[in-house]
Amino acid sequence: MILVWLMVIPFVGGFLCWQGERFGRGFPRWVGLITMSIVLVLSLYLWYVGDYSQTLLNASSPQWVAEFKADWIPRLGISFHLALDGLSLVLIVLTGLIGVLAIACSWNEVQRNVGFFHLNLLWNLAGVIGVFLAMDLFLFFFFWEMMLVPMYFLIALWGHNIPGGKGRVFAATKFFIFTQASGLLMLLAILALVFAHYQATGTISFGYPELLAWTRSGAMSAQLEWWLMLGFFVAFAVKMPVVPVHSWLPDAHSQAPTAGSVDLAGILLKTAAYGILRFGVPMFPHASQEIAPYAMWLGVAGIIWGAVLSLSQHDVKRFVAYTSVSHMGFILVGIYSGTEQSLQGVVIQMLAHGISAGALFILCGEVYERLHTRDMREMGGLWSRLPFLPPIAMFFSAAALGLPGMGNFVGEFLILVGSFPVNPVITIVSASGLILAAVYSLMMMQRAFFGPAKSDEKLRDLNAREMTTMLSLMALILFMGIYPQPILDVTKAAMAGVQTIYATGLVPPAAAVAGVLP
Amino acid sequence: MTRNQLLALLPILFSSATVVWVMTAIAIRRHHWWNATFSVVGLNLALIGTVVAYFVSPQIVTPLLVVDSYSCLYMAMVLATGLATATLSHAYMEGFDGNKEEVYLLLNLSVLGGLVLVCARHFASFFIGLELLSVPLYGLIGYLVKERRSLEASMKYLVLSAAASAFLLFGMALIYSQTGALGFAEIGVKVAEITAGAGYTVMVIGGAMILVGIGFKLSLAPFHLWTPDVYEGAPAPVAAYLATASKVAVFAVLLRFFVEAKAYNHGLLLDVLSALAIISIVVGNLLALLQENLKRLLAYSSIAHFGYLLVAFIAAGQFATEAVGVYLLTYVVTTLAAFGVVTLVSSPYKGHDADTLWDYRGLFWRRPYLTAIMTVCMLSLAGIPMTAGFIGKFYAITAGVEKRQWLLLGAVVFGSAVGLYYYLRAMVQMYLRTPWVRKYNAPLDWASGTGGAMVVALMLLMIVLGIYPQPFISAIQAAGLQ
Repeated sequence: MILVWLMVIPFVGGFLCWQGERFGRGFPRWVGLITMSIVLVLSLYLWYVGDYSQTLLNASSPQWVAEFKADWIPRLGISFHLALDGLSLVLIVLTGLIGVLAIACSWNEVQRNVGFFHLNLLWNLAGVIGVFLAMDLFLFFFFWEMMLVPMYFLIALWGHNIPGGKGRVFAATKFFIFTQASGLLMLLAILALVFAHYQATGTISFGYPELLAWTRSGAMSAQLEWWLMLGFFVAFAVKMPVVPVHSWLPDAHSQAPTAGSVDLAGILLKTAAYGILRFGVPMFPHASQEIAPYAMWLGVAGIIWGAVLSLSQHDVKRFVAYTSVSHMGFILVGIYSGTEQSLQGVVIQMLAHGISAGALFILCGEVYERLHTRDMREMGGLWSRLPFLPPIAMFFSAAALGLPGMGNFVGEFLILVGSFPVNPVITIVSASGLILAAVYSLMMMQRAFFGPAKSDEKLRDLNAREMTTMLSLMALILFMGIYPQPILDVTKAAMAGVQTIYATGLVPPAAAVAGVLP
Repeated sequence: MTRNQLLALLPILFSSATVVWVMTAIAIRRHHWWNATFSVVGLNLALIGTVVAYFVSPQIVTPLLVVDSYSCLYMAMVLATGLATATLSHAYMEGFDGNKEEVYLLLNLSVLGGLVLVCARHFASFFIGLELLSVPLYGLIGYLVKERRSLEASMKYLVLSAAASAFLLFGMALIYSQTGALGFAEIGVKVAEITAGAGYTVMVIGGAMILVGIGFKLSLAPFHLWTPDVYEGAPAPVAAYLATASKVAVFAVLLRFFVEAKAYNHGLLLDVLSALAIISIVVGNLLALLQENLKRLLAYSSIAHFGYLLVAFIAAGQFATEAVGVYLLTYVVTTLAAFGVVTLVSSPYKGHDADTLWDYRGLFWRRPYLTAIMTVCMLSLAGIPMTAGFIGKFYAITAGVEKRQWLLLGAVVFGSAVGLYYYLRAMVQMYLRTPWVRKYNAPLDWASGTGGAMVVALMLLMIVLGIYPQPFISAIQAAGLQ
């Protein structure tokens, strides 16, 4: 039941925020903050009490930490089924954390229609939590689509119309169409899978454990498996984003309000990686092995292309967006390497990138509040005008470039170590991304914070709220960099499960029944 | 005629009585509120009649009509739509300075036609029902006689609808010439015997001509040309009726005809339908992209939606019947709500409907709850989860996947992606601030009237359908065709 609360609380909270605006602008903010804090505390409580030595992939031993199941649309074998393992848990903790941050960082930025803003933000977070918990493919798709609408509103209504851009409505629509269209392909794949299962076994079900058990029995033809995997892969690749379909991300980021960017970079992109780890790879191991080289090269392309493009950006938010493309490339390489180290690295990288990118976007927002520009050519010399903000920015740039001692380093290092035995060439090329990361991060620092100051006027420095969020994020990044073991422990079983199934993909399917579907 | 047969006919009987009653009432004294109330009461009685009819079904009443659970479901849909239109018309017609009362007379006549059509199992009742449904619409569309666009729309609909009826009649004649039968089931028996030769060709041509006629009524591309003009010109509540009740009734009889006359056995007809579906999806969505007029946009959107619906229709079989039912239900609820909001914003009528997107700009800051309803409508039309439209689209796609119609499904995915653009565009307009006050605004107390209450109820229904559709699915499942 606690899993249902994790979703219901933000839902109800969002509603209260909307209706509570009549009590003043502060009310929705406090309600939002308290709501997300409760979610964070609940998820930490789950971490503390739970035993995460089981994985959801292991359908035969359903001794899961927490589970909730109820019939929803029995006509089509759809149930409201939630469950959780180590991987979902850490991502939900991240969601709670990013949620708190997103609300804190928009405390002053959002002044228009505060209640409706928080409604959208909280419903989006509720949708994300649903994605991480869903154990039914219909439910998963439901949440997957549901989180889009609030995000659309966040960008379209509270975004910025930066000069030279095509406008916030354009960016929001582009984001929506990209993800929705690819999501429909995933829906087709889900339905085809369900009907193949129905024809083979005679029971109609959207349940993840049932379908997973069936796909693992090797009853699917190789061709069918390939097409289904592709349907899932396209949806996740667009969301991640992988390079040829990444163009919505910089647009969305550059127009989104700070909270939207934090949310987008911090957790929405992670739902794609989660989707591959939970559905893409375990359900279709053979096809995933087939696509692995291409996927890894796409990841490499993302690492390099994102880094190169970020060098030529003037808008600091577009800059961070392109670095996100680069960092998500590492995650793709890590997932499809499929060794235990690389998968563990993926988890750390997801969390560390969520926090560091979130922090960088918050910093961008804070700079914007003071200078009213995000153009790096207009900044320059901020180091002398602000005492605390530039060193903090320096810290997170260092995290982004993978300085040892920070969480990102652990993630990228583990991914590279893990992928080397699988494909040394890809590892070597990917490693060049670390050098590019150093180049772009330092260049950003140089352009924005050093050099001649545009003015001698001192700027208002970080207040207590901003300082607290920044310091806690710095502590978290350092903690993950120095002592990542607790996170590795809790996700160990989940990742080992993915790795075991993925390894079976190397062996051709045991009894491939041909012609289940064209 | 037995007692049960009479009971089964109750909806049609009540509906006919209402027509006479309203006509007499108008003759005695013109009074807008009383006449509206009479027709609403009549429609409600007929709706109760459907429930009675359901318990005595199935009943075959004369060779012309059959009242089974399937017809009960669609009769209820048509009647509910008629009710919604009547309540919307009341608010809207308050501002009209001509004779207001005949709207209800024409509306009841048209609803009666819809009921007959839904129950038809014979070419004669098919045609009578269709004409009874369409002819009053000529009057309804051109009701605002002083407005050019309304009259023009009426003329356009008259000419094209008559042409479509001619096609339909000719197709029926061709089929009759080969089978010598007019009842759907009898045709089905004869058709199975004729499998080749000139007779077969004539019969397939006849079937195709019926499809052309139906295509006009359902505004499938390439027979859709009248739709945007007519929706734009017609008074908003009438456009709501046109987009829902008239299409639902025609679609219901089409499905019954295909099942009973075993038209599903003819691959050629299905190929034609597939082509119509793909063209409708592509044309409807692409032409809607640049519309600046909300009523025209909804017209194109309805063309596309009937393309999606055809995907489920072509899949055939028991599941497909269920899918068609679910899709029609979600479509009707959503479209009625959308046109309902348009009507409320344009009410009371003052010379012109609020139909450009510009008229809705910034509506959120003036009428937030009305905007919330419209937002849910747009999301539902786009097929986003938590709204009815998602369940409908999900069912249609499921039916398609079951029969492996990958080409059609590709069209659905393409259409949905394109569709998002204009639905979102229309939706976000309502939230953008305007520098000046617009002349169109729903009255501040819009929710206290029956029209407003109806629209609120429709929105709640949309959300319930989106979140917990099981009860509706069970009801529709029970109303399958054998």
